[in-house]
Amino acid sequence: MKHAAGQIKKPAYAVIILLWLIAPLFIGKYWTDVLNNVAIYALLGLSLNIILGYGGMFHMGHAAFYAIGAYTTAIINTAWGVPVLWLMPLAGLAAGLFALVVARPIIHLRGDYLLIVTIGMVEIVRIALINNVFGITGGANGIFGISSPTIFGFQINGIVAPAHYFYLVTAFLAITIVLFYLLENSRFGRALKFLCSDEVAAEGSGINTAGYKLAAFVIGAVWAGMTGTLYASKMGFISPESFSFWESVVMFMIVILGGSGNIAGVLLGAALIIGLPEIFQGLQQYRLLIFGLALMIMMIFRPQGILPPKPRSYPIGKLEKNEVSL
Amino acid sequence: MEQFFTQLTNGLAVGGIYALIALGYTMVYGVLKLINFAHGDLFTIGAYLGLTLLTSLALTDHIGGIAGVILLAVMAMGLVGIIGILLDRAAYKPLRTSPRLSAVVSALGASIVLSNTIMLVYGPSTRVYPQGLLPGQVFYIFGLPVPVMRFVILGASIALMIGLYVFIQRTKIGTAIRAAAIDQDAARLMGINVDRVIMLVFFIGPALGGAAGVMVGLYYGQITFTMGWIYGLKAFTAAILGGIGNIPGAMVGGLLLGVIEALGATYISMAWKDAIAFFVLILILIVRPTGLLGERVAEKI
Repeated sequence: MKHAAGQIKKPAYAVIILLWLIAPLFIGKYWTDVLNNVAIYALLGLSLNIILGYGGMFHMGHAAFYAIGAYTTAIINTAWGVPVLWLMPLAGLAAGLFALVVARPIIHLRGDYLLIVTIGMVEIVRIALINNVFGITGGANGIFGISSPTIFGFQINGIVAPAHYFYLVTAFLAITIVLFYLLENSRFGRALKFLCSDEVAAEGSGINTAGYKLAAFVIGAVWAGMTGTLYASKMGFISPESFSFWESVVMFMIVILGGSGNIAGVLLGAALIIGLPEIFQGLQQYRLLIFGLALMIMMIFRPQGILPPKPRSYPIGKLEKNEVSL
Repeated sequence: MEQFFTQLTNGLAVGGIYALIALGYTMVYGVLKLINFAHGDLFTIGAYLGLTLLTSLALTDHIGGIAGVILLAVMAMGLVGIIGILLDRAAYKPLRTSPRLSAVVSALGASIVLSNTIMLVYGPSTRVYPQGLLPGQVFYIFGLPVPVMRFVILGASIALMIGLYVFIQRTKIGTAIRAAAIDQDAARLMGINVDRVIMLVFFIGPALGGAAGVMVGLYYGQITFTMGWIYGLKAFTAAILGGIGNIPGAMVGGLLLGVIEALGATYISMAWKDAIAFFVLILILIVRPTGLLGERVAEKI
């Protein structure tokens, strides 16, 4: 924790956080909404980062978990009128359970095989949504009339008043960052990073690699599911189109280009990939072309991303005297 | 019975197309252990180049329908093959010694670049292939009608596959390709120019994919810039199904997947047609990751 406080004390971080918090006061509705999207994708990127960044699993079907969270919220909210924010844990649970069932048999697959299977998974989920599976997803039209979040009777409408929504999503983002920071530096996070860098050695050190990988998958899915709630309640309607394979690619790019395994990197990635196209709207039709080129060029010149994680450092003072013999 | 037969021949024709694309995946994977994500887009480029050549050169007016289409397919294959080599140079060659993820991400980037380049050049709307170039007659087998087009597609893909098989098995260059697939370093020590082999693989695979693109244009009559994605995934499934890295496996896997999909769409559900291939993919990776014909279990999957 001491380390965390030290990081936030850095003036650059403080300025960015302050600017982020006061931004809606100065920019219009449109740009506030852009920031809301950046925040939502930052949440998705952070949740994928647990699987891809710490766990090193090439997972390109993250939109499936996001979709399941959003649809759980939409179905229960429109059918029984349960307030959306109460549904957040439930959405997370649904996505987590789905991840548990789906990931169990595929978790052992090697890198690119896992990638292709997760692509298959997200496509099957999307086709299931379009085909109105169980008659509850509304088919290709999706689900309309999802209510806005309310806090103590105060309604937060993401479309009419993006600034209100901004503080809701920022609050959740802040909680997420703190929790994931703690996770990263916990025993769990260290074990995950270890098995990512050398699976055999990790297993040899007594880490239950399959269990840890599965846990990472489920945690990432739970968070994506909860983010799905935020998205559904912001838009008021959802359809399978919002959860296409392309969404998974965007999340993947946020993590890889930003710096996989580093929270600050993922946040930067979300800002660049979601924010930049809004600034350069004249280049809209070249957007994907530029992203594709960026992926290729980055892999050649800086494969670790723009802001890669710093290697862990252990202050020498913490070691016992007899341990410093080297 | 008639429906079953119709779907079976349809499945075999589509399966031949999958098999041709799958060969590209499997050859590159065999030599480089890399999933060439951009392969599906090379296939789309083949379809679009075929259309351009078809409409601009008017070959079919001069030398007749069938000869014109064959000549044009060969030209499209050559062009796509060259694009394949360029793709390797730009996206994969700088990453030969990098970790796996880097090459895979670069492949994904290349796929995005290629499909968007097609969109910027040809526009986002669906393009239509001219009709009536090939005979539209219907054959009767045991009194059941089969459009001759299906035979042409299946026959052409089988001919290409046999040609490739003979080339790989019987020629000196084919032996070099097989050697490089088994052990690159040992092949290098035996005096094989592995870089040449890789270049050749990146020519042949995309060329076959380009041929498949032209066939899809002729068979379905319309093409879109995003179609490479779904065809690519299905062809990759076919390659896995037969055993990736294994050339006869890609042929068997492609035909099998085409038939499974056609019959599944008819007897299970049309709406779930695209999902069937993905179920097959997940199932085969869980149950038998080496594929039907894959024997080499060199690496843990």
